[in-house]
Amino acid sequence: MSTQQIIFLVLSVISLVCAMGVILSKNPVSSVLCLILTFFTIAGHYVMLNAQFLAVVHIIVYAGAIMVLFLFVIMLMNLNADIEPQKRNWLKYAGAISGGTLLVILVAALRDASMPSLQSGATEIGLIGNLGKTLFNHYVVPFEVSSVLFLSAMVGAVVIGKKEH
Amino acid sequence: MINLVWLVPFLPLLGFLINGLGRRYLSKSQVGIVGSGVILAAFVVSLLIFLEVRQPGFSAQTITLFDFISAGSLHIPFAFQVDQLSALFLLIITGVGSLIHIYSTAYMHDESNESFARYFAYLNLFVFSMLILVLGANYVLMFIGWEGVGLCSYLLIGFWFKNTAYNNAAKKAFVMNRIGDLGFLLGIFLMIVNFNSVTFSHVFGGAKAMGLNNVAVAAIAILLFVGAMGKSAQIPLYTWLPDAMAGPTPVSALIHAATMVTAGIYMVARSNVLYSLVPHIQTVVAIIGLVTALLAASIALKQNDIKKVLAYSTVSQLGYMFLALGVGAYTAAVFHVMTHAFFKALLFLGSGSVIHAMGGEQDIRKMGGLKKYMPTTHWTFLVGCLAIAGIPGLSGFFSKDEILAHTFAANKVMYVLALAGALMTAFYMFRLYYITFSGSFRGTHEQEHHLHESPAAMTIPLVVLALLSILGGYLGLPEVFGVKHLLASYLSPVFAGSAAIATPHHLEHSMEWILMGLSTVLVIVFILIARGRYAKYTDSGKENTGLAKVLENKWYVDELYDAVIVKPLGMLSRFFQDKLERNGIDRLVNGAGRAVTWGSQQARRLQNGQVGFYVFAMVIGIIVLFVIGLLL
Amino acid sequence: MPVQYYIFLSIALFCIGVMGVLMRRNAIIIFMCIELMLNAVNLLMVAFSKMWADAGRIDAAAAQIFVFFIMVVAAAEVAVGLAIIVMVYRNTHAVDINILNRLKN
Repeated sequence: MSTQQIIFLVLSVISLVCAMGVILSKNPVSSVLCLILTFFTIAGHYVMLNAQFLAVVHIIVYAGAIMVLFLFVIMLMNLNADIEPQKRNWLKYAGAISGGTLLVILVAALRDASMPSLQSGATEIGLIGNLGKTLFNHYVVPFEVSSVLFLSAMVGAVVIGKKEH
Repeated sequence: MINLVWLVPFLPLLGFLINGLGRRYLSKSQVGIVGSGVILAAFVVSLLIFLEVRQPGFSAQTITLFDFISAGSLHIPFAFQVDQLSALFLLIITGVGSLIHIYSTAYMHDESNESFARYFAYLNLFVFSMLILVLGANYVLMFIGWEGVGLCSYLLIGFWFKNTAYNNAAKKAFVMNRIGDLGFLLGIFLMIVNFNSVTFSHVFGGAKAMGLNNVAVAAIAILLFVGAMGKSAQIPLYTWLPDAMAGPTPVSALIHAATMVTAGIYMVARSNVLYSLVPHIQTVVAIIGLVTALLAASIALKQNDIKKVLAYSTVSQLGYMFLALGVGAYTAAVFHVMTHAFFKALLFLGSGSVIHAMGGEQDIRKMGGLKKYMPTTHWTFLVGCLAIAGIPGLSGFFSKDEILAHTFAANKVMYVLALAGALMTAFYMFRLYYITFSGSFRGTHEQEHHLHESPAAMTIPLVVLALLSILGGYLGLPEVFGVKHLLASYLSPVFAGSAAIATPHHLEHSMEWILMGLSTVLVIVFILIARGRYAKYTDSGKENTGLAKVLENKWYVDELYDAVIVKPLGMLSRFFQDKLERNGIDRLVNGAGRAVTWGSQQARRLQNGQVGFYVFAMVIGIIVLFVIGLLL
Repeated sequence: MPVQYYIFLSIALFCIGVMGVLMRRNAIIIFMCIELMLNAVNLLMVAFSKMWADAGRIDAAAAQIFVFFIMVVAAAEVAVGLAIIVMVYRNTHAVDINILNRLKN
């Protein structure tokens, strides 16, 4: 078993366990923390896949911004395990079974797919220079549009969050 | 002039449009002038055409106006055929028609402006349809006219549509005609299948090529005859005609005596080649005609409604015409059509005059002694009675005797029966005459006070028709008188085709004299018997019994039809309505609606507004899609 | 190393996200599970990008650009979504999605 596979396994196990923690923990704060851990392992996977820039952005955006926002909202609402709304048990089982069935089916569907395997060597593709060239050569318009999207999201958030008079 | 033949049907159509569309705006006199004027004009054109056609050596001409139907190899032109037969019918229709139109202007004068115009519009439309019927150069065009006259007959029988009984009579006529029309239509289809044409000349040529006793020709002939049965009121489809007397009397005279009901005769005479090719069918025609003649005559013996007597008499006379057609005496049949048109129109108009004077009363038991009140009507009616009874010198004698002579030559038994029918005719006509016109008046005082001779517009047509009833017979003097049979030689080109197939029966002159003498003597005897019994008729008021009662009730044929056909049909319809319609189809239809309602109520529960549930459903859906994708 | 490993990992993460959405009633947790599903897809995309890059495709970087855009959209989405949740909380004093059954009308 190569080093890469060992790292992959370790990261995968951590991310899966943390993901389970997100959905199973009763306390929303620990859910958020678990999710942050999951995001860190995913960033690790990004590095493994030679997507260094994305890994960094991922940590900054998700762990640094989005999850903090979540945490902030949860703290603000003062949510904790005691007031956490619980579904009836049979509904939970139904949800779990549905999700499990989806898992089984997707695995069954993709089990026999033949795809080129990943090389252990490094590629330059995920470096910031390469990505920048691609982004600004081919995807300038979507990039600019996304700035508009941000603007509108910001305006929307302000409008929604504003107290009504 | 022949090329202008389209004018003949066009003029009545024009009159129909003017009267029909302008019925709210035209005054009665305007309507009367337009309605009668167009028919008179058509009569003048017909007369000019006739003068051209009667030239010796004239051969039939076809005037094609436009292509009517063109489908695949089948071509049906909108064409008129002018030959001796159609020219003669043109004269009868427009001639008698214009007299009756003039008569109607006086007879219908009590109607409101609008219904007066409506009446004339219908009448003009009728004449138009009838002219199309006789002018058509193919069976489809004939069928158009055939249906047109049926429609007008329906409209005019039910002219006073506020009366339910009249409406029922109209419906009865329409439905019975429809049965016959179906036969006609099937006959046309069979022609198209067999000959790929409906033009007279092609059909006859094709039929001749098929030879004697061909099954296809026999089928066509019998189907056409079924059509004729309906239109010309033969057994078993005759019961509508007596009921059709619900219409105004001039309508009865024009449609249900002189013209429309003779359409069947015209059709069979026109198709004489077909019938001559299949002698068995011809025999059927003769038998049905004879039985109808006898049955209707026997019913007429005991009827008390002046128009009903005439109606059954019409049925009976039509039976004679079919008898003539059946024994191959086509000329005699057409001759009788013509003379019958004269004297039966005369009798109907005379009865109309009587009814007019009596203020709508039609029961002869309430009349009597009318001759001193209305002399013109009386004399002309007497002429009509003498003509139809067959007194020598009047038209009916010649035409009826010709039929009887031909029947004798063909079949002795038939002759005896036909003679019996003729004697019954004489008897019931003079019963009618004596009860109505002689003796003393039996109606109410008010009616007696009211009695008057009809206006000139009604009496002049009567006089003209009386003259025609007397003189019309001289067109067809039998050859034993040593003169040429004018009508026979005139019509010979039309019937040349059938004459070539089956030579008409010939009778020795001495035999013919004997027959004529016999029938004349017997007719006079029967008239005298009728005079003895009814000249001083008083209404005893006692019920008829035995055979007389059966006759009075028309052999219970209407009741029989009611029991055998109408009631079972009604029961079947009610069964279908109650069982199939209500329980079957309705349930199915309503059930579909209810199922949708129920299903949507169930489906509505899915839309419970719970986001969680929606997501759940979505995931299930995705799973199902994946499973389907995997399995396929 | 076969790319299937990443595929199965992504599927597992995605399905865990689905289960979370189905099992929880807390709107914020559901929102987080959606983020988890987004990241599962991102991971898969990056894995494919690497796979094609190894196979010598020069446009393999496009997949990473896509991931980048997904992050952008996710950030915007979170901003608006959290604003909505805060709004709901302010009105109902709960983050239970079962309260939000007004979609019915």
